[in-house]
Order: sequence, then C-alpha cells, then structure tokens
Amino acid sequence: MTKRLKHPTPGIDWETRAYWEGCGRHELILQRCRSCRALQQRPRALCVSCLSDDIEHFPASGRGTLYSFTVTHQNQAPGFREATPYVLAYVELEEGVRLLTNIVGCATDEVRIGMPVMVDYADLDENIAVPRFRPL
Amino acid sequence: MSLSGRTAIAGAYEHPTRWAPDKTPWQIMAESARGALDDCGLRLDDVDGLFSAGMDMGVMGIVTLAEYLNLKPRYMDGTNIGGSSFVAHVSHAAAAIHAGLCKVALILYGSTAASNAMAIGTGGRIGREPMAAFVAPYGLTTVGAYALVAQRHMQQYGTTSEQLAEIAVTTRRHAGLNPDAKMQLPITVEDVLASRMISEPLHLLDCCITSDGGGALIVTRLEHARDLAKKPVVLLGAGEAVWHQELGAPDLLTIAARQSGDQAFLMAGITRDDIDLCMLYDSFTITVLVTLENLGFCKPGEGGAFVQNGRIGLGGELPLNLDGGGLSSNHPGMRGIFLVIEATRQLRGECGPRQVEGARLTLVHGTGGLLGTLHTGATLVLAGDA
Repeated sequence: MTKRLKHPTPGIDWETRAYWEGCGRHELILQRCRSCRALQQRPRALCVSCLSDDIEHFPASGRGTLYSFTVTHQNQAPGFREATPYVLAYVELEEGVRLLTNIVGCATDEVRIGMPVMVDYADLDENIAVPRFRPL
Repeated sequence: MSLSGRTAIAGAYEHPTRWAPDKTPWQIMAESARGALDDCGLRLDDVDGLFSAGMDMGVMGIVTLAEYLNLKPRYMDGTNIGGSSFVAHVSHAAAAIHAGLCKVALILYGSTAASNAMAIGTGGRIGREPMAAFVAPYGLTTVGAYALVAQRHMQQYGTTSEQLAEIAVTTRRHAGLNPDAKMQLPITVEDVLASRMISEPLHLLDCCITSDGGGALIVTRLEHARDLAKKPVVLLGAGEAVWHQELGAPDLLTIAARQSGDQAFLMAGITRDDIDLCMLYDSFTITVLVTLENLGFCKPGEGGAFVQNGRIGLGGELPLNLDGGGLSSNHPGMRGIFLVIEATRQLRGECGPRQVEGARLTLVHGTGGLLGTLHTGATLVLAGDA
C-alpha cells in the first residue's frame, strides 16, 4: 500500500481557481471552447486553439486508464521524502486528455499501464482538493 | 542564403575540474574563456558576441557575465532552454555572425552544482510557471519525469532494463579513456541492475552524475576560422524544437529531437548514414535511447536492440558520447556545451585513445528540461574542414 502522500497546496490563481474549487466539490473540471469546441485539460483564461474567450467548464467522468507511471523511491522534498515509495503517473481520461497525477489505493507492484482507474480526491481544506486516481 | 557551411567552431575548451568548492561559477566561465581563446589564438577583446545560460545566473545573467568579464559585446544572447541551451547558442551565434551582427562569438557555461550539493535529479520541483501548480502536488522529480518515458517505452515496445543498462556500460567504458572523466571504473550490466532504484525503472546507474565544471566555445565565420590556430569545425545544419503537454495529449515517446533533427539534416543536406559519431545528451539512459529513435537512427521501438552488440561503442557502427557523457564524465547541471566540445575535438582528431578514426561528420543533440513533462531539443550537424 502506498504511504500517505502529503500534497503541497498548489499555487492557485485567477485562471485556475475554478479547477481547484471543482476538485474541492469532487468534480474534475475540463474546459471546452464554445467557439471551436477544442478541449483544454489545464485551465486557461482563453482558448489557445482559436483565442476565443468563450469557454465553458464541465466535469469529466473521472474514469480513465493508466498511460504511464513510475514508482518513486527517492525524492528529497519534505512531504514526499517520507511518502516513498509512491506512484507518479499519467492517466488518460475517457474524454481523451492525459494528466499527471498519483496512483493510490493499491500496492506499488500492482500498478500496470492500461489498468482502469477512477479519480479519488485528497481534501486539503473545505474548498480545495488534489485529484489522484485509484484502481477501478 | 543558407546558414550551412558559413560559420565554424574555431575554439573549444572543457574545464578539467569536476569538483571546485574553491571556485565560483563566474570564475569557471572566465577560466574556460581563457582556454578557448588560447585554443584558437584570439584575445578577449576580439569577442563581440556573448552567449550563456545557467541555473543560478540571475534574471539578467548574460549582462552580469558581461560585467564580470568587463566585456561590451554588440550582441548578447541569454537564451535558456535548459541543458540544450549551448547547442542552440551555436546556431544562434552562427545566425548572428552570418547576419553581420557580431564577428567572434564566445559561448560560456560554468557551474558548481556538485559542491553546492544541488539536488538536481531528486530534489522535487516547485516553480511559479503556469504548469507548476499541476505538477507540484504530485512529487515529480527530474528522474521521475524521464522514468515515465522509460516505463511507457518498455510497455509499448518490450524494451528491457538490460538494454538501457548497455548505454551506461558503454558510456563508462568511454569514460575510462578520458583522464578528466569523474567515473572511470568499468561497470557491467549486472552492476547497473543491482544499483538502487531511484524511480522505476531507472536505477542509480541509469542516471547521470552530478559534478562541477564548465566550458567555452568560439564561433566565427569559416574564412576567419581558417586563419586561426586550429582546424575549423564547420556548422552544416541546425534545428531547435520544444515538446510540451499540448492541451492534455502528451505523447511520451515522440520527443523534440524528431523535429530538430529533421531540420538539421535538411539544412546539412546529408543522411543519417553519413554520420560517423553522435554526441547525445545523456541525462539518463532512456534519454539516449529515445533520442536515437527520434533522430531517425532507428525506428521507434527499435532503440533497445540498436544499442546492443557494441554498435554505440568506440569501434562500433555509430559510436556515441566518447568523452564518457553525463553518465560518467561530468554533469554540472546543464551539459549541452560539452557535447559540442567533444564533437569539435573528435572532428579535429585530438582525442587520443578515444578518437573515432577518420571522424568527418558528427551529430550533436541536446535535450533541455524534462523529457516526459516539458523539454527542448537542439541539434547540430558538424563537419571537419576538408
């Protein structure tokens, strides 16, 4: 079993607040441009595909598959040093986008590329949470 | 009018230090400048173009460097695209010289990363750029970013740890032929696999070392270089590229080298088969493997088999990283300049026991940043002067 990860609070600004507050409500928020329909995984104030600022936010399903991972045995940063070994991963969501995350809720040697996963939130306070994934 | 064949590397110097607690990075750069100027017979006041990048030079580092050296160059370029910066500086210098903006370009790097105990590979990363907030919560390390690429490569193509280890073993053998290399004792594939796991599937010996060090290059017009002390090394081709996570669809196995390599070969007007040796950024064994694939020396997925059976060693079909690379010679935080310095020495035939016989065409590829999350590539095709 992975040890308890103590996630540092991400730097949150005007462009990304909706994403992190969405996580606080346990919703994984993606952006879609109403003008050109392009998807954006990491939120921006405008669509960088067509530069429109007519953007909508919508919750993703939270389901995906593991695209790649690494079991981290050494990280000297406080908070992670104590949590090794932990799993850093890219998850591909059903919506088609890939995001960097951690895999929790299983032994590190049970993690496999291609395995189905589901989002799992670590609440940092009443408004903000960090999305991780666990085996489905 | 093409940039190909117009400019040359006239001077090159690698600082021999690997551990310099008694020196500042600025001092290492100044000593390296002296070495490269002596190498080609120029003086500091001949320099009118200054190029540098560093990890701790400050926001106006190139200006600070000009002040330290009491230089007033008419062209300055502090482009920092990670460890590949100095490879890119060569083509930037060539373009500036070709355009008449300067005549003698000095490219510098110096660092005391090791004696400052900088935890480059496993220190965790927290930055202020927009992507940082989406990385910082998850404990990404430099090794971890490259390990994500390695794991995907293994799963998709069946690449093995033994194949990756072959790169470390070959590079260490080359280091044994370089008296300045930090790590010289031979290692075996078994040694690599038995070394402790840092970030799966990358072991300690899959990772580059940390050292102090620095170096310098002098770039001029080819005609000018022909009047100087050493045989010029001609720039035939160059390319640059960036790889990032796009809007959420990163392909971990298609790296920046694909684009920068194609561009460099196109400009040079030569093919992969013409290349006698490669100097490839080897932050980790996996970096070399996917760089070879993306530069087109083998097909995607064939890198594991390609590096086996002596092909990439001295005497093999495509020898690479003859100085011992970042894996065994030196890696003071950023390594791009050393790729160009060794390529220059090889093309001049100065490398003694590690010399690739008859080397005429060399490919240099620098990777900057983190393969797997955000990185750059800079490629050069260099030729010995006929």
